[in-house]
Amino acid sequence: MNQWQRLVFSLLTVVALFVTGICGSAAAASKTLILATTTSTQDSGLLDILIPAFEKESGYFVKTIAVGSGQAMAMGEKGEADVLLVHSPDAEKKFMDKGAGVNRRLVMHNDFVIVGPAIDPAKIRGTKSSAEAFKKIATSGSLFLSRGDNSGTHAKEKGLWKGAGITADGQKWYQQTGLGMGQTLNVAAEKKGYTLTDRATYLALKKSLGLEILVEGDAKLLNIYHVIGVNQAKWPKVNAAGAKAFGDFMVGKKVQDVIGRFGVDKFGAPLFFPDAGKKPESLGL
Amino acid sequence: MELILEGIAKAVALLTSLDREVMAITWLSLKVSGSATLISLLLGISGGTALALSDFRGKRLLVSLVNTGMALPPVVVGLFVSIFFWRNGPLGFAEILYTPVAMIIAQAIIATPIVMGITVASIQNLPPNLRLQILALGATRGQMVWLLVREARLPLLAGVMAGFGGVISEVGASIMVGGNIKGYTRVLTTATVMETGRGNFDVAIALSLILLLLCFAINYLLTRIQQRERPR
Repeated sequence: MNQWQRLVFSLLTVVALFVTGICGSAAAASKTLILATTTSTQDSGLLDILIPAFEKESGYFVKTIAVGSGQAMAMGEKGEADVLLVHSPDAEKKFMDKGAGVNRRLVMHNDFVIVGPAIDPAKIRGTKSSAEAFKKIATSGSLFLSRGDNSGTHAKEKGLWKGAGITADGQKWYQQTGLGMGQTLNVAAEKKGYTLTDRATYLALKKSLGLEILVEGDAKLLNIYHVIGVNQAKWPKVNAAGAKAFGDFMVGKKVQDVIGRFGVDKFGAPLFFPDAGKKPESLGL
Repeated sequence: MELILEGIAKAVALLTSLDREVMAITWLSLKVSGSATLISLLLGISGGTALALSDFRGKRLLVSLVNTGMALPPVVVGLFVSIFFWRNGPLGFAEILYTPVAMIIAQAIIATPIVMGITVASIQNLPPNLRLQILALGATRGQMVWLLVREARLPLLAGVMAGFGGVISEVGASIMVGGNIKGYTRVLTTATVMETGRGNFDVAIALSLILLLLCFAINYLLTRIQQRERPR
């Protein structure tokens, strides 16, 4: 063999080794679980704590796919995920009515806040009602950044515009980023615009943003997370046992305590409030 | 400016402390993109050589399709690979979506036309009489093809660099078919996107610098081989 034949031969060997090595590690696929979730649970860092604990306890390997709530439910509707952790209650009800999900359980909540630049061109600081704040933004024509990605946050925001009686879509001051929460906050900070965000992602990013919380505390701004198993009767390939195990894990006492403490050491206040076992009505749903 | 310096400091810290997660992410990037490049070399060089040396109706159309493929948008590849490998999709039984294998497949699809296009160009660029000369010396057809590929090896190395550069820096397809799963399919590019979304710009900059360093190291190596053999 000359030099070039040897080179080709060794390249082939390396490919074979890599591919078999990687296939080997993927062989234990039956114990895997696909979790489709919102970007907020990943960007806040909560899942970095919970997922390894679940994997250790249950023996499942979790493939976390962080997308918006809308895409997560679309994956569930096609049987492409096993379990969802989402925050879009109205869309979740439709999802359940279609028979796409099973065993929907309340996990936790935090709240949405309206953030914007410190100079606050629309003068919404301290407004008690989110509808009024949205009206002020619209009438002053101040820039508002929407995620525009069918995520739970986007669904909430659309509901708020509707509640305020405003058609924001197509207005010049209303821009859709089509990005996750973290990146939309970055865009809002750069363009000095307003946006609606969940508190957890905002606090996690606050240091680099220069945006301030201007409106908070309205009951309409509650952000409620549910865990939902995908219906195995509809999609036989769904890992129902794993989905149930993950749901049980999320509402278990130990994890609920972890959720309640998460973020306290870093932000001085919790990012999420554990709600397992509570009646949805007690949160005003 | 301060942020960039912070990023550089972070990169140095991550590199010198040999942060295990960063090392694993870097190693996976190298494995996935390296495998994809090697697969694309096998397919691209053999296919490209065959295409360059044969003559048939529709050859021009095929060559222009290959050349179009050099500009194949990675997100399009990502979308179609996802659709095919969804577990309820046509190839779902293979259970490879959200695994490194799916990323290798997507990246190989992106790199193959690049390597093939450059191969066609470099083989066709050889002096036309070379082929006759080799045959006149009594070579078999197989020996002739081998000698032509050997003769074109320097431009072919440029094809290797273009193919590898195209896939190691690729993010759209990797995030769609791999899912950016921690410790499993998270590579340098997808991790950079995520850290940017988290507002950890220093980490994102550090990861970018590591990616640049990696590309430079590989291309430096290949360029040395190429330039050492440069005909004078």
